Amino acid sequence: MRHLLGIEGLNPVAVTAMLDLAENYVLLNRSGKTQRDLLRGRTLINLFFEDSTRTRTSFELAGKRLGADVINMSVSTSSVSKGETLLDTAATLNAMNCDLLVVRHNQSGAPALLAQKVEAAVINAGDGMHEHPTQALLDALTIRRRKGRIDGLTIAICGDIAHSRVARSNLLLLSMLGNQVRVVGPPTLIPAEIASLGVQVYHDMEAGLAGADIVMALRLQKERMNKGLVPSAREFFAFYGVSAEKLAFAKPDALVMHPGPMNRGVEIDSAVADDSVRSVIKEQVEMGVAVRMAVLDTLARGPIWNG
Amino acid sequence: MADTLFRKVSLSMPEGLVAGELLVQDGKIVDFGAGLGVPEGAAIIEAEGAILAPGLVDIRASLGEPGYEYRETFASAARAAAAGGITSIAVLPDSNPAIDNPALVRLITSRGEETGSVSLIPYAAATRGCQGEELAEYGLLKRAGAVGFSDGTKAIGSARLMRRALSYASGFGMRIVQHPEDTELSAGGAATEGARATLMGLPGIPAAAEAIMVARDIRLAELTGGAVHFAHVSTGEACTLIRRAKDRGLKVTCDTAPPYFDLNETAIGDFRTYAKFSPPLRVEADRLAILAALADGTIDAIASDHQPRDADDKRLPFAEAAPGGAGLATLLAVTLAQVHAGALTMAQVLALLTAGPAAFLGIEAGRLAKGAPADLCLFDPHRAWLVEAGKLPGKAQNTPFDGRPLEGKVIGTWKTGRRFFG
Repeated sequence: MRHLLGIEGLNPVAVTAMLDLAENYVLLNRSGKTQRDLLRGRTLINLFFEDSTRTRTSFELAGKRLGADVINMSVSTSSVSKGETLLDTAATLNAMNCDLLVVRHNQSGAPALLAQKVEAAVINAGDGMHEHPTQALLDALTIRRRKGRIDGLTIAICGDIAHSRVARSNLLLLSMLGNQVRVVGPPTLIPAEIASLGVQVYHDMEAGLAGADIVMALRLQKERMNKGLVPSAREFFAFYGVSAEKLAFAKPDALVMHPGPMNRGVEIDSAVADDSVRSVIKEQVEMGVAVRMAVLDTLARGPIWNG
Repeated sequence: MADTLFRKVSLSMPEGLVAGELLVQDGKIVDFGAGLGVPEGAAIIEAEGAILAPGLVDIRASLGEPGYEYRETFASAARAAAAGGITSIAVLPDSNPAIDNPALVRLITSRGEETGSVSLIPYAAATRGCQGEELAEYGLLKRAGAVGFSDGTKAIGSARLMRRALSYASGFGMRIVQHPEDTELSAGGAATEGARATLMGLPGIPAAAEAIMVARDIRLAELTGGAVHFAHVSTGEACTLIRRAKDRGLKVTCDTAPPYFDLNETAIGDFRTYAKFSPPLRVEADRLAILAALADGTIDAIASDHQPRDADDKRLPFAEAAPGGAGLATLLAVTLAQVHAGALTMAQVLALLTAGPAAFLGIEAGRLAKGAPADLCLFDPHRAWLVEAGKLPGKAQNTPFDGRPLEGKVIGTWKTGRRFFG
């Protein structure tokens, strides 16, 4: 594999190898040592068509820890409206001899389109409602470290599944590794025929969280209320917000995750988010850097993923 | 013009294929049958195994002109049509400007005459500028030569406006051609709602958006006594509704196009924008239902649904890319694939591409008849060829069938006795 465009198309062997490599980077990062020679002389460009602090910074740090020259390009929608197309941008990047291209875009499939035209290895850092593969990998690593395994678990993904690339990548990855994935949310936020992807669908948190090892909350954007998909934030919180009361339906040792940034009091209660025993939200951020180092390392070394 | 005698061909007659000969003089079919004499100086065309059919009649296409000449022009479309055996095209009015006044209607007709090789039959706008607000001047547009009223690939969304359009058009004995898609349910959508759109993270359009509009407009046709034609029908549910309406004697007709019976939604895998259509490609069960509706006569014609697009329209993220495919050059061969597969008979296919659409448009075409203009399509149903985007005749190269081997090729196309292809 030359690119990492999504979890779809990966296999468990490749994923496990990637998680193992990331695990090494966690230890290395914690020891304070760096690997500044690994990607020396390579150029990594963070090409973000959509605002992001967390993911961009995480990739930036990952690249720098491996010694790459990291450049951040934030392409505002205004320059797109000036007529520069995605493929014009691709031509520019080719001229810059970019080796690794990290792309975030608000349109599903945009990184796949770029990947056809650029010489660099493309890493999808989130495209529209499609995929966010490094988020799923870092979530899997977080779960594996905390639970000691990444199979046979029951994982409930809650909230706005329909518009979430995090949900899609996670359900593909976690199902592939042999976990039971549930999606829980109001019917207006559950995408059509998602059960065909091998997940169980719940519209009730009590049933959806019963016996869950992992409870994953997703960000609910305000525009969903404006479009009438849910009547109000308070109603959403009352029925689907992850609170201590609802978390009690899950296993006693269930962990709470959130890809960030959080809307406290909408999809997650502050008391749960800040619970140092149950919440692994900060650890997810730490794992993010390690996973992205593993991804950059793997893609920069060449197409060894597909064996 | 020299006479032409076709020999050793199968003639496509209303009763089926008949081995025989056909003689063309002065641009007209003068005789057919067996053992015709050879007039002095006549060109003789022998093509054993080939079928001589009436020139194909395309019930619905967009040709780019006026306004989108970078995609296609009348001249380039005429070349594509000739290569596809098409000699008459009914042209959609949603160009820029829209065909919403009599002078523009006449322009379409006369630009067709200029090509010499293809008759262009104008639809006129159902509403001014195809904007979906005020009715266009149906009476004057009909007098100028319009054969029906449509807002092209835009649905007439307002039930009140559609009611008036059907009602007013009925006074002139004219029909409304509807793009059957509920405008609110389809707004912003890029693919058929379901497992595939969910996996790809694409905004979905439920298949029900088509059935809802078809059901509404059938009821409005009944209410007004008007005639409605549904363009590019793509779902089994819509076919069921139309079949029932026809059984009840309502003035309801419909067409479909090759993508809807040849492809299903899996063609958009890997975000292939060349397989993006409006309405979107459907699930396999719908594709099979369209074939069944073609076989049982529910669908009146197969249109090319030619929608020329250039690379800049298509090389975009999927939801932003323009829908539509080039369809003129591949219309016959892609349809013949269903004959070879046993889903449709040769007689059914030829009727759906010639006599059916000609009767719908009320034009003198689509039949091999003595005295009729010699618009002819000679094709070898078994000659193989490969569809290659970039090498198709005409300007538009946005075929969804790129790389597809097909069986059945046009050998020659004649318009009023003159050969324009082959």
